[in-house]
Amino acid sequence: MSEAFEPRIVGFLCNWCSYRAADLAGISRIKHAPNVRIIRVMCSGRVDPSFVLKALALGADGVMVAGCHPGECHYIEQNYKTIRRYGMLKHTLKAFGLEDDRVRLIWASAAEGQQLAEAIDRFVQDVRRLGPLNWPRFWNEDPARLAAVEKMAAEHAEAMEVPA
Amino acid sequence: MAERVGVYVCHCGSNIAGMVDCEAVARWAKENVSDVAVSRDYKFMCSSLGQAMIEEDIRKEGLTRVVVAACSPHLHEKTFRRACSNAGLNPYLMQMCNIREHVSWVAQERDPATEKAKSLISAAVARVKRQEPLEPMKVGVNPRTLVVGGGIAGLQATLELADAGYPVVLVERSPSIGGHMAQFDKTFPTLDCSACILTPKMSEAYQHENVTLYSYAELEEVSGSVGAFKVRIRKRARSVREDLCTGCGACIEKCPRKVVDNDFEVGLGYRKAIYMPFPQAVPKIPVIDRENCTWFQRGKCRVCEKMCQPGAIDYDQQDEIIELDVGNIILATGWKLFDCRKIPQYGYGRLANVFTNMEFERLCNAAGPTSGKIVLRDGKTEPRSVAIVHCVGSRDKNHNEHCSAVCCMAALKFGHLVLEKTGAEVYSFYIDMRTNQKMYEEFYCRLLEEGMHFIRGRVAEITDAARMPGEEGKLIIQCEDTLLGRQRRIPVDMVILMGALEPQADAKELGLKCGISCSMAGWYTERHPKLDPVATMTDGVFVAGACQGAKDIPAAVAQGAAAAARVMGMITKGTVEIEPVVASIDEEGCSGCRICNNMCPYNAIEYDAGRNVSRVITALCKGCGTCVAACPAGVITGSHFNNEQIGAEIEGILWDARAAAGRGAAAAV
Repeated sequence: MSEAFEPRIVGFLCNWCSYRAADLAGISRIKHAPNVRIIRVMCSGRVDPSFVLKALALGADGVMVAGCHPGECHYIEQNYKTIRRYGMLKHTLKAFGLEDDRVRLIWASAAEGQQLAEAIDRFVQDVRRLGPLNWPRFWNEDPARLAAVEKMAAEHAEAMEVPA
Repeated sequence: MAERVGVYVCHCGSNIAGMVDCEAVARWAKENVSDVAVSRDYKFMCSSLGQAMIEEDIRKEGLTRVVVAACSPHLHEKTFRRACSNAGLNPYLMQMCNIREHVSWVAQERDPATEKAKSLISAAVARVKRQEPLEPMKVGVNPRTLVVGGGIAGLQATLELADAGYPVVLVERSPSIGGHMAQFDKTFPTLDCSACILTPKMSEAYQHENVTLYSYAELEEVSGSVGAFKVRIRKRARSVREDLCTGCGACIEKCPRKVVDNDFEVGLGYRKAIYMPFPQAVPKIPVIDRENCTWFQRGKCRVCEKMCQPGAIDYDQQDEIIELDVGNIILATGWKLFDCRKIPQYGYGRLANVFTNMEFERLCNAAGPTSGKIVLRDGKTEPRSVAIVHCVGSRDKNHNEHCSAVCCMAALKFGHLVLEKTGAEVYSFYIDMRTNQKMYEEFYCRLLEEGMHFIRGRVAEITDAARMPGEEGKLIIQCEDTLLGRQRRIPVDMVILMGALEPQADAKELGLKCGISCSMAGWYTERHPKLDPVATMTDGVFVAGACQGAKDIPAAVAQGAAAAARVMGMITKGTVEIEPVVASIDEEGCSGCRICNNMCPYNAIEYDAGRNVSRVITALCKGCGTCVAACPAGVITGSHFNNEQIGAEIEGILWDARAAAGRGAAAAV
């Protein structure tokens, strides 16, 4: 490839802290990578893990979820639920055969424009290093893998035979 | 029927157009994004002409949806919603996309910025087509207002509201209202006596028929929202019954226990274990300091009880919890002084004759520990030379970056008082002299004429180690005089450190209770730094005075009055509109699993055991959407942020990406 890989990243930002942090980064003209495309949600707790999977499946190379700092949630404690879902989501991603580093949860208060911009830059860099996302097919959809499995089955046919 | 979407791309002068090719973006939207009927770019979309253009298109082109690509929705969402309403389109059928704060202002190159703008517009169009018309919910505004903090800003707000005929609850943490202003002697630049202008306001607030004052009390909890907050106030036990006490002071006089007063007298004076912070305290009711009271500590004494004729002493008094409904909240919690010990080279706490600004205020005060005599720590020697060090803990990256705003003027005031009362030589060590309000510069000129010495440079060290003749027994100020361009050592008898104004230590905690945020430094964040300086991001919560940023008395008073005016506007209007962003459950599909019940921190989801379904109590729902994401059956809908809308937004935002192939990916979509 002649051109450097520019990852497409979807960012889910909560209305109260992190979206305002992104606004503040703008107001303060803190330059950062343009790769993160922001979707506003009321709370990071609104981010259904399926949104993240959907974004990845539709061609995003990474997904960022940002909320208020733990203990500072506008809705008291909803970002704690985000933390729990995030852990589960990472497991799910691995189960799908995806790098779990493609999803990142970060915190930014409304005053942390600088920090958010830095976090965006870091994440973009990390996803760039991972390269474009290759959503693995199921083994039975992939002719090469299917052939490998069939070959293995043939080799071990005797052992696998069920006694009558 | 397909929707007809209008896309409006704002140049914002050159703010957006300088980095994003707005014209090309608008053209692209018309040609490439489905259902876009009209797409235009314009210099200033928020101007009346811009709005008129949108309104006309809605009418003439029969638009059913509008997308405005401009600034943050937090700035102009209301503006464009109003424009839609004017043209007869439900305001919730408009979507903004933020191509200024999130694109043009942060991008470095034009092409990626333009591409990003396209994807945000594509997302907004996809989303807006699925938006539904909504009606804002109307909530009545309780005319009672809670003011937290009885300093000058809080008092001003209280009196403005009370005088207008509205009930106010004033909560003050210390035993008396008055705040820092009560500790001052004179106020700059007019040099009028602080107590003379403050105490009438204090007693007026106390006696006002519309004011309920809770002193020695703290705000514990806030729930509800604009118009109908519920607040819980903890009124700490004074150990003195307010209904019986006459404020005669006999108990204080006879109390055998004397303790250093670290609050009002900043460690320079003494008070009793039962005390009023200062003679003009409001309310004029003493408090027993249980940690120092002989009866509470050792089980003996009860002298105050014997001395109290009305029998107001009540050792068994408990903290009282008061629950109230209020419509609005004004936070006016003020500031605290920088701990000057954090700069050890200035010697505060180690060198006896280094004072802080608050200590000096008390020294000057005729009602203070020295009856207004300016003397050294020994309590009798008058200084013959005084150094005033500016910017101690402010304009200093090690401590606070901000300028404390009041210190230059306070230093000039101190200089004047020292010259007037003692005739000592006064040296001011400043970085920049900031005297930028009405009559302030004139005051500076007056001090130049009165003979105060000004040395420009930050002080390196204050020491008692004499090196040269004439320095013995003195405090030596080591500093670079940046105007002379050389080092100087100036021996003085007394040093006053102009400590910084800092946010209150628990400002963040209180802010969280009320749902507002602080800046990195800890000042409360206003809705807009220029155009909305007393409102906050949480409707119904306002800020006034130094809790929003270091400021002097006139500015604090102006903000107190401004916050009151904002609240009055709400009360007069009678109702507020609340965003109709709430969750609702489709009872048909609900299996009664109750997973959502535990998701809600507001207990807004109730379970109907009879029908085995859960139900959202709309009045309690704040619209975070966490339950929506949690419902395993997917039967909870979050209005304005439903799955379909967000799903479309994801699809739209990735318009230029290639979807992953395979069954796994297909399943995820």
